[in-house]
Amino acid sequence: MRAEPKRDTAIPNTITIDGQEIPFSIGQTIMDAALAAGVYIPHLCHRPGLTPHGSCKLCTVSIEGRNVASHTADRRIQASSSVEIDSRSVSACTMPAMAGQQIRNNTPALNEVRKTITQMLFIEGNHLCPSCEKTGDCTLQAVAYHLGMLDGHFPQLSPRREVDASHGSVVLDRDRCILCELCVRASREVDGKNVFAISGRGIDAHLIVNSASGKLADSDLETGDMAAHICPVGAILIKEHGYEVPIGRRTFDLHRVSEIGLEPVILAKVRHTDE
Amino acid sequence: MNNAKIRVATASLAGCFGCHMSFLDIDERLVGLLEHVEFGRSPLTDIKHCGPCDIALIEGGLCNAENVHVLSELRANSKILIAVGACAINGGIPAMRNHYSLRECLEETYLNGVGVENPQIPNDVELPLLLSKVHPLHEVVHVDYYLPGCPPSADAFLKILGDLLAGDEPSLPKNLLHYD
Repeated sequence: MRAEPKRDTAIPNTITIDGQEIPFSIGQTIMDAALAAGVYIPHLCHRPGLTPHGSCKLCTVSIEGRNVASHTADRRIQASSSVEIDSRSVSACTMPAMAGQQIRNNTPALNEVRKTITQMLFIEGNHLCPSCEKTGDCTLQAVAYHLGMLDGHFPQLSPRREVDASHGSVVLDRDRCILCELCVRASREVDGKNVFAISGRGIDAHLIVNSASGKLADSDLETGDMAAHICPVGAILIKEHGYEVPIGRRTFDLHRVSEIGLEPVILAKVRHTDE
Repeated sequence: MNNAKIRVATASLAGCFGCHMSFLDIDERLVGLLEHVEFGRSPLTDIKHCGPCDIALIEGGLCNAENVHVLSELRANSKILIAVGACAINGGIPAMRNHYSLRECLEETYLNGVGVENPQIPNDVELPLLLSKVHPLHEVVHVDYYLPGCPPSADAFLKILGDLLAGDEPSLPKNLLHYD
């Protein structure tokens, strides 16, 4: 992030989320600051430590009275206007925290929009929780619980997507993929590999595997990779370990997604002693 | 509360009857409930057709033409229609066949399946025609309330009926909200 203008140095580095003052350090996003302060902003495609992606839009927040001219880098807006606009929606995971930001997060209107986004994610794929190994540990499901989602609202698209069970110990079920790119980023940035990518556009977008055959078995993916464990839904699963924890005793059967500090527990599955 | 009992109808469409079984898990609390409600068309009473009723509890999605007729009859006769369980809400397990064409499903089940004797696809006129895809209820009729779960717990059934009997807007505490 670019250095704050000089006149701001006297202002303490705090932002305000729903009336709560929250400190931040230069370079942190709104999401970083919120997570550090224990304030939950719903999200699916964000994971601390990986480059923010800003694609799921669940972390959309409103910044009130945002002075366009003094904060935006977009010269077209700077040139045309310097007036304050009432509020602007931004992705908390990509928006840098800036001193004095007044942010609305947990409001009925924003949560309603987030619920609609979640419903679209559900109907766009084949998310049949009772048949999914990930049920109870699924962040999509947990976010839907958090937002009080009862139905998909829209007609089911029932897409036909390919399952890749070629790998000895990892299965890829594209029916449940929400295109968050967590596996893409984990593979590139943490595992030092380049196993996954998204191909296609719009409704045809899908996860592809970087191997000559396009199959997982021929890729570099190993069970120790973060990319094999980071999937927030049941699209990438480790084989033969799906029911070690019974349904009803899983992470989101016992906890809420809004409990900050839960994230490392969800994603980094602990190796069993008999593995 | 006046003396007239609330009429409840129930139906299981493309479901497994698990939601009905879970409803019966209210056990002895059924006795108290029956002081306020009476059952009309329902597998529990074996009444086949629906007269006017106050509340329709519908389990299962729509996989064949008969499901659609039963649902339409219940919608036309009920004041409040509740989609009960995962199948009624998004198609559930039966909707897993949406991944395949109907022909593929029938051939796998009746012609090519393991252990099939005298392979032939059933085509008796008595059999309801299958829909090409399994659909949730809200794609065909207006749904008033949803009761998610596979199945919803007995407590969830009692909560939604209790709220309706008390004249309250039905709500579910977060700990009773689950999709599995």
